[in-house]
Amino acid sequence: MFDRRDLLKGAGLSAIAAALNSTKALALDTVTLPFANGERPLVKYPQKRPMIGLTSRPPQLETPFAIFNGGPITPNNAFFVRYHLADLPYNLDPDKFTLEVKGKVDKPLKLSLKDIRRMKATEIVAVNQCSGNSRGLVEPRVAGGQLGNGAMGNARWRGVPLKAVLDMAGVQAGAKQVVFAGMDGPVSDKTPDFAKALDLAHATDGEVMLAYGMNGDDLPFLNGFPLRLVVPGYYGTYWVKHLNEITVVDSVYDGFWMKSAYRIPDTPDNSVAPGTAPKATIPINRFTIRSFITSVTDGAKLKAGRTTLRGIAFDGGKGIKDVSVSTDGGKTWAPAKLGKDLGNYSFREWKLPVKLAAGQVELRVRATSNSGETQPETPRWNPAGYLRNVVETVRVSVA
Amino acid sequence: MQRTVLLAITLAVATAVGSAIAAPVDYKTPDEVAAFKPGANLEVVQGNCAACHSSDYIATQPPMKDKKAFWQAEVTKMIKVYGAPIDDADVGKIVDYLAATY
Repeated sequence: MFDRRDLLKGAGLSAIAAALNSTKALALDTVTLPFANGERPLVKYPQKRPMIGLTSRPPQLETPFAIFNGGPITPNNAFFVRYHLADLPYNLDPDKFTLEVKGKVDKPLKLSLKDIRRMKATEIVAVNQCSGNSRGLVEPRVAGGQLGNGAMGNARWRGVPLKAVLDMAGVQAGAKQVVFAGMDGPVSDKTPDFAKALDLAHATDGEVMLAYGMNGDDLPFLNGFPLRLVVPGYYGTYWVKHLNEITVVDSVYDGFWMKSAYRIPDTPDNSVAPGTAPKATIPINRFTIRSFITSVTDGAKLKAGRTTLRGIAFDGGKGIKDVSVSTDGGKTWAPAKLGKDLGNYSFREWKLPVKLAAGQVELRVRATSNSGETQPETPRWNPAGYLRNVVETVRVSVA
Repeated sequence: MQRTVLLAITLAVATAVGSAIAAPVDYKTPDEVAAFKPGANLEVVQGNCAACHSSDYIATQPPMKDKKAFWQAEVTKMIKVYGAPIDDADVGKIVDYLAATY
């Protein structure tokens, strides 16, 4: 909440910050993402290693891409952070935390963290990816968080199936959707509070999870401590953090964050001609399939001869069937060897020994899922810069 | 052997208790150091924008061809969509500052 007095206070703080002119005082270093105006500070937050700082209030942190070469699981202290609204529950007390389950249920519930931890636990390895991941690479450029490819991560989530909690509450006949809200909220009561909805069938599929654990630890605060929604295969916008309110409704929820924000074109490939507006839109949903080379960075200098390329691939939940690599700019492709299968929602590692001849070389990687979905050669475009999954190219000099 | 088992049990209990009893989080973010660039009407921008978000939200936006149209659309979005209580008289000043400065 704010009023004019608070606004003035805010102005005062900014004036002080401006007077000190200490823009980079706390930055450890800077990184430059590969697009215009891509310079970012590397910043250090509690529970996090140095991360690419996008914004400070609310905090938004991108994972340095080199992390993804360290294995298929993204460490908690390197996992990206995305918030919409600046009133975070910085002082939340886990012993007083309650999750409320209400709406069209026979038995409304108020569950403590202890109650939830006492239930039968389940685990899943799943990628969480921001809808706006890679937006900075979209051409023509669009407004919004200007991210490189690091607003994604893969973790082993531990918690309870949402279905188990909804079964305890007893969903009533006629229920259509389940709405999720967290403890973080807007500064102004005029700003729509963040809430997301899933269809009842999806919410009760047994995979959607209320997670308290991440890679064997509690969730880091900035990743939604003490409880967050995990929606395997779906973009991070649905993975509501600091989750404390679940409401079963008998309509299609029409809050701002479902009805107006996070929409994609309702066209066969969810794209429109660059620079144009779609006629109709639908809520963003499953990830498009993507793959990356992680062992070599763009612009690297490599020695001619044999080397092994490595990387990751993932999709919206069908699982990765094939990853192919080209060392000649896409003229010929060779299948890579896939790493350990950690489940259909996980990063899948791949590697391929290649022989590189001297010269400028374009390395490309393309994944195909078990359903046959593959990555396009040319980028698709939509006004919000979502769903980017063009075949990635890494340009290297070989000598 | 027995000590190992005892240690394991102690650890298990500590883990169980540790997760059940915890202090309030009291999470501290680093000081906000990003600042708006100097320019005409800076104080209007600080007074209207900084209550809800840090200045890096603006500074990281892409360089657009039609800066004025881009920033006009952003300011309109802040008012219409996010409910920013910006006086009509300030809208033009904010758009001009943003288009000239970013």
